[in-house]
Amino acid sequence: MEITMLMYLIPSLIMFGCGVYGFITRKNMIAILISLELMLNSVDINFTVFNRYLFPGQMEGMMFTLFAIGIAAAETALAIAIVINVFRAVKKVDIRELTKMKF
Amino acid sequence: MDSVGNILMYFIIALAIIVFSVLTVTSRKILRSATYLLFVLFATAGIYFQLGYEFLGAVQIAVYAGGIMVLFVFSILLTSRPGNNSEPLTTHKKWMGISAAVAGVALSGYSLLSYGAFLGREMSSNLNVDITRIGHALLSTDKWGYLLPFEAISILLLACIIGGVVIARKR
Repeated sequence: MEITMLMYLIPSLIMFGCGVYGFITRKNMIAILISLELMLNSVDINFTVFNRYLFPGQMEGMMFTLFAIGIAAAETALAIAIVINVFRAVKKVDIRELTKMKF
Repeated sequence: MDSVGNILMYFIIALAIIVFSVLTVTSRKILRSATYLLFVLFATAGIYFQLGYEFLGAVQIAVYAGGIMVLFVFSILLTSRPGNNSEPLTTHKKWMGISAAVAGVALSGYSLLSYGAFLGREMSSNLNVDITRIGHALLSTDKWGYLLPFEAISILLLACIIGGVVIARKR
């Protein structure tokens, strides 16, 4: 039995679907960030798998994943700083109750 | 032909990814869902190791499992009491989420299966990503060099440090 490309893409697809579901249904801001991490992670898997199977002599997909991991780290750190600042201001992290900046 | 251990490892990783990513978004205790996310990230690192990208797997474990998870756990403990359940979902919102996720997965799964002449391709064995080649590619300005994104990321991380300090500072 061979491990084909499809067998790596299907778990990544399910991971992305879970990320979409969590992003829509969750109410805690940190839980939304966690769902976002799931989606980013599944895209990283896709880049790497396509690179490995279709262009094994090059490493563009791997480099893209490397930079995506770095950017995801930066983005998460900033988002968590914002969440903590919002929590300090209004004592809540529930997105239904953060309506002050809506117009 | 892959070895039996390789295939067994693949199935363990795939099962872990599917189960834990479902649990991540359905668990009602937020600290538990962060822990399940940690397992998903480890399984992803396992995929990278299995594909032969050892450096990428190491980066995944160091940055995601080491850095981001610590940030998540700290911010969860700062903003909510860890024993608390989140409220149950309203059915309206739940169905909205399920339909969006299922529609997206069905669309991509259909296009994947109908387009995929290349999907059955086997893994070729001539992979050469040793650490020397990665280092040369990261710091060269040639055709396959990545010096500019490397430096741009360094500036981005610097801006992120300053922004994090400024935003989270106590006034």
